[in-house]
Amino acid sequence: MTDIPAFLKRMLSAPGLSGHEAPIRALIEETWQPLVHELNVSRMGSLHGLRCGSGPTPRPSILVAAHMDAIGLMVNGNMDGFLRVTSIGGLDPRVLPHQPVTVHGRRDLPGVLVSPPERLLPANVTEGAVPIEYLLVDTGLTPEEVRRLVRVGDLVSYAQPPFETAGDTLVGHSLDNRASVAALTVCLDELQKRPHTWDLWAVASTQEEVSLGGSTTSAFSLRPSLAVAVDVTFASSPGCPSHKTFPLGKGPTITWGPNIHPALFDAFRDLAERHEIPFNVEVTPRHSGTDAYAMQVVAEGIPCIVIGIPLRYMHTPVEMVALKDITRAGRLLAEFIAALDEKFMDTMVWKD
Amino acid sequence: MKKTNEFSLPRIGATQIKLLEKLSNACAVAGDEGEVRKIVLEQIGPHADEVNVDALGNVLAYHRGTGEKRLRVMVAAHMDEVGFMITADDGDGFYRFDVVGGVDAYKLVGKAVLIGKEHIPGVIGIKPVHLTNAEERKRPVELEALRIDIGPAAGKVKVGDRATFATRFTQLGPSLCGKALDDRLGVATLIELLKNAPPHIDLLAAFTVQEENGLRGARVASFALMPDLAFVLDATPAHDLPTWDGSENARYNSRLGMGPAIYVADTSALHDPRLVRHLMVTADTFGIPYQIRQPGGGGTDAGAIHKQRAGIPSVSISVPTRYLHSPASIARLADWQNDLALVQAALLRLTPDLLKETR
Amino acid sequence: MKALTQKLVETFSPSGYEAQIRAVVRAEIEPFADEIQVDALGNLIARKGQLKPGGSRIMLSAHIDEIGVIATHIDENGFVRFTTIGGVRPHTCLGGRVRFINGVQGVIGAERLDDLYKVPTFEQLYIDVGRDSRDGHPVRVGDVAGFDRPFADLGKRMVAKSMDDRIGAVVLIEAMRQIKDTPHELFFVFSVQEEVGVRGATTAAFGVDPDLGLAVDVTGTGDTPKARKMEVSLGNGPAIKVRDGGMLADPRVVDWMVQTAEKQHLPYQLEILEGGSTDARAIQLTRAGVPAGCLSIPCRYIHSPSEMVDTQDVENSIRLMVALLSQPVELK
Repeated sequence: MTDIPAFLKRMLSAPGLSGHEAPIRALIEETWQPLVHELNVSRMGSLHGLRCGSGPTPRPSILVAAHMDAIGLMVNGNMDGFLRVTSIGGLDPRVLPHQPVTVHGRRDLPGVLVSPPERLLPANVTEGAVPIEYLLVDTGLTPEEVRRLVRVGDLVSYAQPPFETAGDTLVGHSLDNRASVAALTVCLDELQKRPHTWDLWAVASTQEEVSLGGSTTSAFSLRPSLAVAVDVTFASSPGCPSHKTFPLGKGPTITWGPNIHPALFDAFRDLAERHEIPFNVEVTPRHSGTDAYAMQVVAEGIPCIVIGIPLRYMHTPVEMVALKDITRAGRLLAEFIAALDEKFMDTMVWKD
Repeated sequence: MKKTNEFSLPRIGATQIKLLEKLSNACAVAGDEGEVRKIVLEQIGPHADEVNVDALGNVLAYHRGTGEKRLRVMVAAHMDEVGFMITADDGDGFYRFDVVGGVDAYKLVGKAVLIGKEHIPGVIGIKPVHLTNAEERKRPVELEALRIDIGPAAGKVKVGDRATFATRFTQLGPSLCGKALDDRLGVATLIELLKNAPPHIDLLAAFTVQEENGLRGARVASFALMPDLAFVLDATPAHDLPTWDGSENARYNSRLGMGPAIYVADTSALHDPRLVRHLMVTADTFGIPYQIRQPGGGGTDAGAIHKQRAGIPSVSISVPTRYLHSPASIARLADWQNDLALVQAALLRLTPDLLKETR
Repeated sequence: MKALTQKLVETFSPSGYEAQIRAVVRAEIEPFADEIQVDALGNLIARKGQLKPGGSRIMLSAHIDEIGVIATHIDENGFVRFTTIGGVRPHTCLGGRVRFINGVQGVIGAERLDDLYKVPTFEQLYIDVGRDSRDGHPVRVGDVAGFDRPFADLGKRMVAKSMDDRIGAVVLIEAMRQIKDTPHELFFVFSVQEEVGVRGATTAAFGVDPDLGLAVDVTGTGDTPKARKMEVSLGNGPAIKVRDGGMLADPRVVDWMVQTAEKQHLPYQLEILEGGSTDARAIQLTRAGVPAGCLSIPCRYIHSPSEMVDTQDVENSIRLMVALLSQPVELK
């Protein structure tokens, strides 16, 4: 059995910004190796782990995708040793000033992302949040050292180390979406002792935060019969509207909306109820904001669903998740996969 | 049947209008097209060689032609409409909702709606004018502040249910009035085309889903069908109203009574010039009136179709319709008739040589 | 190279209507291609070379469309109202001239502007083609036009409309001419409809199904007075794209390009473009995914009728492209 909290903490300490997922992929690869029958890496860098089912060939397959890429920053200029940066993925400029960061130059350099004093900024930007283009990374090094060690295009990640908080919760950056990779790993663990007829493709996808490019291309090459995206969703916290958030620690969400095949939703909901796994229903009227949005319209179309793990303070360095929700999401996936039989696709119809 | 020298073109009669009425009154918000899908399946069953419903809910119907070297011609019309989804139960029969597709909040106030598969009636209200002040009355309506109210009853409404405007279809002299004419006009037209499919082509009819949600159904439908070319039947806004100062209206998009609108360019696609020419020459040959839809914003399923696989030559043709994406839109019967006639004639005149011309 | 550039930039072919430029490019490449085809959207695809051990199927893409305008209405006094094709901005239009692909020329005028210091909207602009009524008007609704501005050779620099991305086409044509021996099967794609959302490259990439892809396109610079900050300058060499608004270039492709430039002692710059994207995005996302990158030619005043490039940058881009395509590629 994988030590999930330890694995998750190791993942939170590994770099792996969108488009540059090699370090985090290596870590997941090492953990999944004993849990799957086959591993390969797509041309977009996504990790594909195959667990073969016991049914007769050709077997149907289910793809479960959790993106492993993280948001962050990229160096796009050097002003006298201070680094200018641009964002990778959706960052809120209000949380950036005075964050500890790591600059991945010729070697890893610790630094601080700072907002220059007001008097040094143009008058029109000092009223609101200072835009990212005016923020600078100070590595404490001399301009000469910075020039030697850092070039345009180098990555900058949050340096906040993960830590536990009360109530069996964990804090860290890039829990979006490493929490879901952990849930998928729980699922793989569970399936070691559970027979399943279908093939399972466990996919740690790339570039979700920028283009959904990893899941698009993996779904195209693997052509599963069904696809599940596991991603984080908004947990209740002060200032957030209650009808768009879900309580932390009260189970994963099962998503409903145009991205979701209604019969697949019914199947997941019925199964969760049968196994008394607590869950909430999340409603997405348009775009689910996950890999499922891309996978649903790949090739001839794939029935999709999204399983959500409630997470507080998304896209900040202090994201918070309940470990229980990760375990439950993993168990829900495992129960679902174990229950898939040869006739399951006959139920994926439109009940008009 | 109207006879021409070579071909006979189908006409819109009482039966077709009845069908349009049924389609317009059905509720099928993007992602939940079941009611329209059911009507389509009933209608086309006897007229197609093969019918499939795919993973997104598109209805893909195949009519095999006869003869050699048949073009595979996709004709698409979307089944879905703009509408609402219930997102939270506030208690006492009040529900929060979100909009699916492009509907401006100001169009919602004081309207009746139907919710869910059982068409439970409800309203979208607003504070009485007496209780507002002058400042409030000037402010635009915010979606966040609106609720659907089904009356103070134990609700049969669930979070996740869809809702539409409650408007019932009616005829206004030479005009047709109803909700969701975008794109039930196209759906009704495509059903007629399938019933009169020309024998020299393979007709691949795609009744698509989720057009209003980003052209998603047409994308997978065209990937699966692998056509040689595609026609997209839709409804396009007619802004042919007077300007406030009576000056020339240069931004009408399309005009009622001037015939079907052929697309050249919109946000989603630069329509294939060969197919645009083919439609115009066909219209001139048959004496069918047509107009060029003003190039500009907007999009149709052609936006998704033309980019699939190694490229699919596509064109859109629409019935001009006033007040799209509102509770009641208005179109002209004659434009619909000419739309059907033009597309039917264009299909009859299709030859593989068309695609050998320089684009 | 300058003569070829002039020939390409003086051809009018806004997105969706690339027939004229396609014919010009086709005539140029015919002697160097093993096979030429035009796909359903109008992409011109030329194959050169056969797969040898260590070789790959490589797609190169430069777009041949340009931004322009399209007529939406001819008013009763013969003025043409229009909308844009691609990223045209109103401040580059005033006083400018356009040429419809049927040859009709016109000048862009504006309604009375209440505030001369505010940029007008497109709704306030019109094209005057020298007619005073709708009768017998030479322009019809749906006709397209390109911006009309002659090529200028400034010696070290060249200026023209549609340098974006005819200069990319120049690089590919010259590379095709110069590559004598390659282990690769090369697909030179002169793509259409890039300016309206990389549509041509989307279908071309699906059709070609390459192992590796490179776009050649222009990128902005930060070297003009009070420019937006950007570490790319005219004359400092070809730019190797790290990212833009639509794509993170494959880091292995970036490394391959950097190492090749260093080995050849060619100047290069690393490029991060805020906003915008290129054909490389479409190549990267096609089918099961393709490692993709972009060789960018620094260009000032992009999407104005006077786009400026540096002659040395163009020459070095051709050299880099030839070097990249002449050896086996090993991505690490």
